Amino acid sequence: MTTISRRTVLQGMGVSALATALSGLPVLAQGRTAIRIGYAISKTGPNAAGAGISTTPNYLLWVDDVNKAGGVTLSKLGVTLPLEVTEYDDRSTAEETVRAIERLATQDNVDLILPTWGTGANLASGPTFDRFGYPQLAGTAVTDMAPDLVQRWKHSFWMLGGGHDYAEALVALLVKQRDVGTINNKVAIASVADGFGIDLSKAATPAFTEAGFELVYDKTYPLGTSDFAPVINEVAGLGVDTFIAFSYPPDTFALTQQSVVANFSPKVFYLGVGTAFPIYPGIAGPNHNGVMGIGGIDPDSEALAAYFERHTALNGQAPDSWASAITYASLEILQQAIERVGDIDREAISAEISSGEFDTIIGKVKLVDNQLRSLWTVGQWQDGKFVGLAHTERDGSREPVVPKQAWVPAA
Amino acid sequence: MLFSAILTGLILGGTYALVAMGLTLQYGVARIMNLAYGDIIISASFGAFVLFTALGINPLLGMLIVIPAGFALSWLIYAVMLQPLARRSRDRGRLEGDSILATFGLLFVIQGVALVIFGSGFMSYSYMAVPVDILGTTIAANRLLAFGLAITFGLGLWLVLTRTRFGTVIRAVASNPASAPLVGINVDSVARFAFAIGGALAAAGGVVVSMYLTFSATMGVIFTMKALIVVIMGGVGNIMGALAAGLILGLVETLVASFIDPGLTLAATYLIFLAVLVVRPQGLFGKAAR
Repeated sequence: MTTISRRTVLQGMGVSALATALSGLPVLAQGRTAIRIGYAISKTGPNAAGAGISTTPNYLLWVDDVNKAGGVTLSKLGVTLPLEVTEYDDRSTAEETVRAIERLATQDNVDLILPTWGTGANLASGPTFDRFGYPQLAGTAVTDMAPDLVQRWKHSFWMLGGGHDYAEALVALLVKQRDVGTINNKVAIASVADGFGIDLSKAATPAFTEAGFELVYDKTYPLGTSDFAPVINEVAGLGVDTFIAFSYPPDTFALTQQSVVANFSPKVFYLGVGTAFPIYPGIAGPNHNGVMGIGGIDPDSEALAAYFERHTALNGQAPDSWASAITYASLEILQQAIERVGDIDREAISAEISSGEFDTIIGKVKLVDNQLRSLWTVGQWQDGKFVGLAHTERDGSREPVVPKQAWVPAA
Repeated sequence: MLFSAILTGLILGGTYALVAMGLTLQYGVARIMNLAYGDIIISASFGAFVLFTALGINPLLGMLIVIPAGFALSWLIYAVMLQPLARRSRDRGRLEGDSILATFGLLFVIQGVALVIFGSGFMSYSYMAVPVDILGTTIAANRLLAFGLAITFGLGLWLVLTRTRFGTVIRAVASNPASAPLVGINVDSVARFAFAIGGALAAAGGVVVSMYLTFSATMGVIFTMKALIVVIMGGVGNIMGALAAGLILGLVETLVASFIDPGLTLAATYLIFLAVLVVRPQGLFGKAAR
């Protein structure tokens, strides 16, 4: 063990103060060989599946892309540095996420922390990001509270909109279809009794009623339900042209299969999380075409096509067509903000993210009150792509195909 | 409508019974409270998935591979990990406590291996997802198959347990492991065998649910929970109890979902579970503890 006397410390402090004053160049560059990125993500537990589709592959891809391109340029330090990653498993619990972020900030002293997956965990870790002054670019959190949260946590950025955005866009789209006579006035909604389903149905129910729709079925089902025969059998007898489920991935897949088996093929078939997943066409077979859901992409974007290709090559799976591209875009924003600041100055980086305009795979992006408002809210599978039908503040939406084709019975 | 709900309920219940029967053998005979049970089910689902998607072997034929594999794996787990626990524990309570801790660890080992091999994503394939019409009610053929298998395995095992000499031996160990050695029964090997049969049943359940449920490496705990409820409700160690409890739960869930509200199915499940425990703490078919 080395004993350091008070005198040595004082001398050292004096020398380093002198060095700082003399050089005018940031001392940080010395000895710095990389930009240290940390994150805690669900690698095990119930969130692992969602995180493994929308978040982790994009973190891996971004680090790979940046490092292949030579790194991130810190102009004030005169260096271009690669990214170096410290990764923790939060085991799908919010407490573990918070603990890991604290560890990354205080013990690992990472330069930047990437957020975890999911609305709940991002809300839970918000105060911690804020306390340590790290920018939090929440790419997989859907919350109507975002406008309030950005007041409280100045370094937080909300990239996926709120329940109202998705519900109201869907209602507006269906009003048009009803007014031209493609669908009737009856709507059935089934939603999972958990965060996402509750949020979305809470926003959708009044919106549908206000728009003059008749809600003939509006019920929740418990998380983990595997058998949807009772739901589909009941809804099938109600004469609805529009079936909506604010569902989680296993439910999304099971509802599809059950509807095909029961030959319940409404003109509009809209499902929740999982519809935009790359495995959905594999699960629904030829019946995936025409199915609507949350999210969407611009199928004509070359930048997105290139991103899909790189993502598939590196991770062995395509990205989903909702949160994946948004997550990757948030990392591009982060990188450009760092390069514009030219140093790891988290306060300045946050300010730049908040006010700057960025070039990303989803186009030019400028955040509004720390929120991404340029979103695809309703998508539909058309010719093997989950294309954006409705949007907040963006152009180029596709026309919905209504009615969707009748189900092809399973072979 | 009522007939259709009853039929759908029985079919769902068949799945519950099928995935729970193995646990009732493991817990009732081998005295192992196997918390990794659901992960064995998921492993079998992965097995069926790989055989079907990579090698084109349909899940029914795949069972000929996966079920023996489940048997062998469980045999091995018992021999390597659980037998030492069983030998050193003098009473049932101690073994239950130890086995809970040991299999809790095993759960993460199996889950970890599955995560490394298959990743955390959702897996799904469709087999026999064709509609079958039964007196005006449409049922998916794969669910009907699950029901058929549950009934076949349930009745088959019940016949073996009640009509054969070997079954008598197993029942002897289940009802009084302390006295069984007095009549020349090797409790150790019977327990190991029962544990392995339980694993084979879990594998059968895993193959069947993989035909129509989306699964992921981390979903085992859902099956363990469901199986536990069915086992405790039916009476620990009782095959017919597991079958009956599974069917009752399926029926209750579907009737509640059809006629009251799908949101109350979980509440109904626990309500009936509680009701059974209050009236018959030993479970529907269980013997009162002495």
